[in-house]
Amino acid sequence: MTTPKPLLDIENLQVTFSTRRGPVEAVRGISLSLAEGETLGIVGESGSGKSVTGFAMTRLLDASGKISGGRISFRDRDITKMTSASLREMHGSAMAMIFQNPRGALNPIRAIGQQIADAILAHRKISASEARAESLELLRAVKIRDPEKRMNAYPHELSGGMCQRVMIAMAISSNPALLIADEPTTGLDVTTQKVVMDLLASIAAERGMATILITHDLGLAARYCRRVVVMEQGRLVEEADALTLFRSPQHPYTKRLVAASPTATSRVEDLVTDDEKLLVPAVPLAPPPKPAHGTPPLLEVLDLVKRFDDGTVGVENFSMAIAPGESVGLVGESGSGKSTTSRMICRLLDQTEGVINFNGQSISHIPAREFHQAPQRREIQIVFQDPNDSLNPRFNAFDCIAHPLIRLLGMRNGAALRRRVGECAHRVGLPANLLERFPHQLSGGQKARIGIARAIACRPKLLVLDEPTAALDVSVQAVVLQLLDRLRREDNLAFLFVSHDLNVVRMMCQRTIVLRNGAIVEEGESHQLFDSPKTDYTRELVDAVPHIEMIAAEKMAAGA
Amino acid sequence: MSSATLQHAAFILRGNPITGIAAIGAALLIFVGIFGPWIVPYDPIASNVQNALMPPSAAHWAGTDQLGRDVFSRIIVAAQLDLAIAVSAVGISFALGAVIGALCGYSGGKLDRAVGRFVDVLMAFPLFVLAMAMVAALGNRVENIVIATAIINLPFYIRFARAEVNVRRNLGWVEAARACGDSHISVVLRFLLPNVLPAMVVQMSLNLGWAIINAAGLSFIGLGVKPPTPEWGIMVAEGARFISTGKWWLVAFPGLALMLAVLCFNLLGDGLRDILDPRQRT
Repeated sequence: MTTPKPLLDIENLQVTFSTRRGPVEAVRGISLSLAEGETLGIVGESGSGKSVTGFAMTRLLDASGKISGGRISFRDRDITKMTSASLREMHGSAMAMIFQNPRGALNPIRAIGQQIADAILAHRKISASEARAESLELLRAVKIRDPEKRMNAYPHELSGGMCQRVMIAMAISSNPALLIADEPTTGLDVTTQKVVMDLLASIAAERGMATILITHDLGLAARYCRRVVVMEQGRLVEEADALTLFRSPQHPYTKRLVAASPTATSRVEDLVTDDEKLLVPAVPLAPPPKPAHGTPPLLEVLDLVKRFDDGTVGVENFSMAIAPGESVGLVGESGSGKSTTSRMICRLLDQTEGVINFNGQSISHIPAREFHQAPQRREIQIVFQDPNDSLNPRFNAFDCIAHPLIRLLGMRNGAALRRRVGECAHRVGLPANLLERFPHQLSGGQKARIGIARAIACRPKLLVLDEPTAALDVSVQAVVLQLLDRLRREDNLAFLFVSHDLNVVRMMCQRTIVLRNGAIVEEGESHQLFDSPKTDYTRELVDAVPHIEMIAAEKMAAGA
Repeated sequence: MSSATLQHAAFILRGNPITGIAAIGAALLIFVGIFGPWIVPYDPIASNVQNALMPPSAAHWAGTDQLGRDVFSRIIVAAQLDLAIAVSAVGISFALGAVIGALCGYSGGKLDRAVGRFVDVLMAFPLFVLAMAMVAALGNRVENIVIATAIINLPFYIRFARAEVNVRRNLGWVEAARACGDSHISVVLRFLLPNVLPAMVVQMSLNLGWAIINAAGLSFIGLGVKPPTPEWGIMVAEGARFISTGKWWLVAFPGLALMLAVLCFNLLGDGLRDILDPRQRT
């Protein structure tokens, strides 16, 4: 057996960024190679250097970043030594890259047809009308409906998924031998993600194009890549074919990553390996309390409707109930109205119609503007999506946690407040010495803990969680989920868990409600709902989630 | 101020020493503004006709004017009035503008639209002419210069605060503050305003220079400050009569003082922006 000459061969690549605090090594000597037509996944958490590696391959690094060592040979030419003229030529013909946030990567004031034609004309000497015809062909190739009409559309008129298809069209316009996709579907809905990734995979297969998929999502890498490398802190820690990697990870980091990725069968307890459990105080996990039959619901929502000023309907006839200590998931894609619903229940937003009863009392008649004075304010709390923007930049951790205690419980500055804040910090596993720090001095996981500590500070009965882990790395997500689950059991807290991540909801919630275009599509016991969905929409959602085991089974079947 | 901020400031100053010079200049200006009357070599108002229109010399660094008053002393003493007018005008427009703008930016809706139209109307006038008209209508007094300067500056602060608050109003921590029991108004005043303050301080510093020019300009055309009070604008106006006969120092030195003052505040504002907001660094 002869090994064909690799398309791309990276040897001991090092990338250094010069920053105010001196040089920072983002990539510390990685080596990998890629054959023609191969698909490779680069997996890692934020800060692992996976994107920097991608940018180094295309020499599109920031001005402050420098390839400080190693070699990248592409078709036997060393990219690190190329002149800018030959780089440009290479970008046009041999290598292309697509990015996260496709809308940001497109020019907002130029029709997409023209933008694709521009990309073609930049590298080939053909007439404008030929380029136009070709861009129409490309739009067809990326399966955009009505391509003739869409030629003249501007990026803001297209959905995120469509924009990414346009980016793909631009990237393949010059028939590159290698396509680097950096988090191409992050921020897209799970069904859109599947469509875009399937398209990318089929185009790559059709054209014999090698693909490098850079992602934080193990499931995605497993589904679409034959071989996967795992990066941690600028180093390559493990390399294997997807199946082996997920079945029997060797490196401790990979083991942790695989364990932390929620799958269809994982339980919250299993997400973290032992060494991380030490970060949160150990508490015996009691089985979830079964609400006795006939107990009045903690929260009852009847025919909730939200119409916005411009006449669009955000939520329609939404009814649900949550028992004390129960955890209910609310899933849906962007625009499904799940955030609107959660904010109405939190009384941060007024409903147009409908009734919300909390503990047997109506709270929907209190306008959101005045709810801060209502006695129920402290009983209904919320954890926000992005820990990075849910903390006041001018408050330190202590102030953040103390804030609701001062406002809602009327506590004064003093020993009692300090003790209570310390207690809350301890419950969420936040070291006491971090309480003096400001948000920008804390990591995402620490900020998430502060957000949770603030929400539970007043001992609420209902906690609304608005995508609490969407902005976190999987290993941090695992710890946070476990923390939330423990808090719920300890305090007999009820959860309304809003998320687009079905695997997380399945694990965290006893019941799940599927929302689409503001209306409930399906609801039921989580396991039942996900294992045997009754509606097509739910089935579509469930199928779109890349599951490691399912893929493993599929690949086994295909390989056998 | 934490040590990290100081470190950051030191880093900026190393790359941009002009900010340091501007800061020293501004500090000097403020010192002169406060202690000017006590440190000048001559009485700025007492006339001495025998000594009139002397060119700069060792005794009179900036020469003397048509009444024999020492120009240098007058420039130093004038700093007090000019700075007082500029600082109080900027202070008033900042205080009002920040609160109005923040409320508009947070609430949106009718208030925002009404204030927005008012600001548009205000800005449709040539601002200096508007200030002239206001001083003429309100009465030719120093307080009215302050009020006029404050009003014509107001739109910038309203717009600035509105925009800064508007981008933050949907952030998690604003909603979190409400979930923690704060009313809308308290969210604006206790959460949003402190967060936009640093950016507004930059705006104030840039605006100070402009307010000084505005005050001097009004005096130059005879509004507000009256002779013999030393004031840079009046000094330039009075000196202008003698420039054709070669008495350049009457105009040049007060003009220079005016220019340096404005330059200092502008450069300081640019530097502050770099220190407070690294993203805007060029």
